[in-house]
Amino acid sequence: MAVEGQRLDLPRALREAGVTALIAFGLFLPLIGLQTVTDIRNDLILETRWLLLFAITAIVGAGRLAFSLGFEPWFRQRTLRPVAATPPAWRGLVAKWFVPFAIGFVIAYPPIVIALNGFGGSVKWIDNFGIQILIYVMLGWGLNIVVGLAGLLDLGYVAFYAVGAYSYALLAKSFGFSFWILLPMAGTLASFWGILLGFPVLRLRGDYLAIVTLAFGEIIRIVIINWVDLTSGYAGISGIPRPTFFGIPFNANDDGFAAVFGLEFSPLYRVIFLYYLILALALLTAFVTVRLRRLPVGRAWEALREDEIACRSLGINTTNTKLTAFAMGAMFAGFAGSFFAARQGFISPESFTFLESATILSIVVLGGMGSQIGVAIAAIVMIGGTEIMRELDFLKQIFGPTFDPTQYRMLLFGFAMVLIMIWRPRGLIATRTPSVFLKERKSISVDLVKEGHG
Amino acid sequence: MEVFLQQLINGITLGSIYGLIAIGYTMVFGIIGMVNFAHGDVFMVSAFIALIAFLILTTWLGISSIALALFIVLIVAMLFTSLVNWVIERLAYRPLRGSFRLAPLISAIGMSIFLSNFVQVAQGPRNKSTPPMVQGEFVIFTQNDYAVTLSFKQLIIWGVTAVLLACFWYLVAKTRLGRAQRACEQDQKMAALVGVDVDRTISMTFVIAAALAAVAGTMYLMYYGVVSFSDGFVPGVKAFTAAVLGGIGSLPGAVIGGLLIGLIETMWSAYFSIDYKDVAAFSVLAITLIFLPQGLFGRPDVEKV
Repeated sequence: MAVEGQRLDLPRALREAGVTALIAFGLFLPLIGLQTVTDIRNDLILETRWLLLFAITAIVGAGRLAFSLGFEPWFRQRTLRPVAATPPAWRGLVAKWFVPFAIGFVIAYPPIVIALNGFGGSVKWIDNFGIQILIYVMLGWGLNIVVGLAGLLDLGYVAFYAVGAYSYALLAKSFGFSFWILLPMAGTLASFWGILLGFPVLRLRGDYLAIVTLAFGEIIRIVIINWVDLTSGYAGISGIPRPTFFGIPFNANDDGFAAVFGLEFSPLYRVIFLYYLILALALLTAFVTVRLRRLPVGRAWEALREDEIACRSLGINTTNTKLTAFAMGAMFAGFAGSFFAARQGFISPESFTFLESATILSIVVLGGMGSQIGVAIAAIVMIGGTEIMRELDFLKQIFGPTFDPTQYRMLLFGFAMVLIMIWRPRGLIATRTPSVFLKERKSISVDLVKEGHG
Repeated sequence: MEVFLQQLINGITLGSIYGLIAIGYTMVFGIIGMVNFAHGDVFMVSAFIALIAFLILTTWLGISSIALALFIVLIVAMLFTSLVNWVIERLAYRPLRGSFRLAPLISAIGMSIFLSNFVQVAQGPRNKSTPPMVQGEFVIFTQNDYAVTLSFKQLIIWGVTAVLLACFWYLVAKTRLGRAQRACEQDQKMAALVGVDVDRTISMTFVIAAALAAVAGTMYLMYYGVVSFSDGFVPGVKAFTAAVLGGIGSLPGAVIGGLLIGLIETMWSAYFSIDYKDVAAFSVLAITLIFLPQGLFGRPDVEKV
């Protein structure tokens, strides 16, 4: 009865909507209602946008009204309903077949796209969506070792990505080594840096560790910017050699890939090759992680995440455990970095800002720390979602030709991070199966697992 | 000697700005144990609000008295920034209280990205520069054709910072709100049991943090005369460094840490390399956390089993 009564409480809902609209008006009055623009004489002047301000205020007020009239009663009723004791049967089926199906789909993705879009229109879909997302999936899985398994919060992960990219670019340009030699070298160098930066932070935990790794990431970026002799600073390194198909380059020459295999030249071959390359690297990361979790070192990581003190009193060498986690995570970032340099052919410090670290970390946390599938889904949602903003040209017809959806990419990205955290603080996949179990395998809610101190 | 003195003056000015932001970090960390990652961007937003208020006063209302204009700008910036931070706390952090520890941090990082991009979209990506608001300087002494000067801008920053710190100290040490705040810092459950409204106290902490950040933002705008949407990150990290250096959770520590960071940065720029001045601040952060995690004035963090 009480629920019924509250649902029809229109005056209260109206009052709340009014208050919310008033707050929104105050909030947006200076920054949206007024805009600072530079006039012809290069002086700053103010322009007003009252219409936009009132529109946004009205939208916020209406949204609040809809929330308290529609969503809240629905939500309350939903929480009152008893939870089914056993999950429905289809869930188990989905869980069983999801991974083989997903791997099959990503392997079949390029042919599907070519079948749908033809040869010319596919580059964008494979490159921007396929390769771009897979890079972040790989980075997410790499960071997952550090954050998700070992529980070490790392906000400077992009530094290792940068080390990998710059090692490949510099060594390939100066010594002419091939991609296949440099890939393991870049990984090794990055993991070396992982150990080097891991040493001083062994004592730190939680937020402090995050901030120090952030500082390290920024220091490496500033050094890259200012060490102009080596890295040419802001200008970046261009003309980085592209990877070859076992020695056959992807170009229009007579010894190029298309000519050797008797095909018509198209830039698509290189893109497809790169796609399968990063797919293989990403799957390697996932495979290694899954296997490592079953080894003593993987179990030590998870023990470390759950309780460092207990871990130490059981005789686990926490120093080695932490350093191996840093080194493994950094190695995969190094692989991804050298792939990135080879794919772009150009790198500059702009690609390795703090925002990248935050993006990768948010993918790991939003996916549900420690969950491989969750991280992959989060990468698809966050990176695919922001990439798709580039494609929304129809919005120009609604908001006028000056409207540029790509401007709003990071705005919505940040907003989505906050929303997903409020909606599911434990990430999208909030259950995890213990790597080691007694008698029977059952998944446990992450809420039951205390997060490690670190 | 003369260069040193000049850098000392510049460093204290910069350090006052960092100190004001650092108080925000240290207060929020003290009360809810969270690194408020978006605080640097709140500072940037406050500088924009100050810029807009200044333009309204000078171009629309035609106020010619700079002192009056600055005073009004300061009040307006403090009010609106407090509102912004209050709303942020309500929307992005309060639902996550009691959740696992990384959740508010991720939410704050998301808020930080949101704020800087919001300002970029709403106000445009270009640097906004104002004509100099305050001009003139005292020449303290001249030696070897090098004049050591103390500009009026710097004097205003010193004065405003000192006055506000005094008000702030009074607020925390002597008022009911300050007492509630200190109680919540020690034990939120106990504080709630003895009748302290914990939610309201935490909200007020964010409001005070934002008001001090707004003072820093206004001073930053007046001192440099230019602001852009990306100006929140680096001062934010440096102010956080200041808070850590002074001992996070300690209010005098934040101010002294801010002054130290300001001095280290200006001295480093003067005597070593201006390109690497951010490296200096970041290194101080790393070194402090590694060797002196409780900071200069903080309580040591006891590990409980």
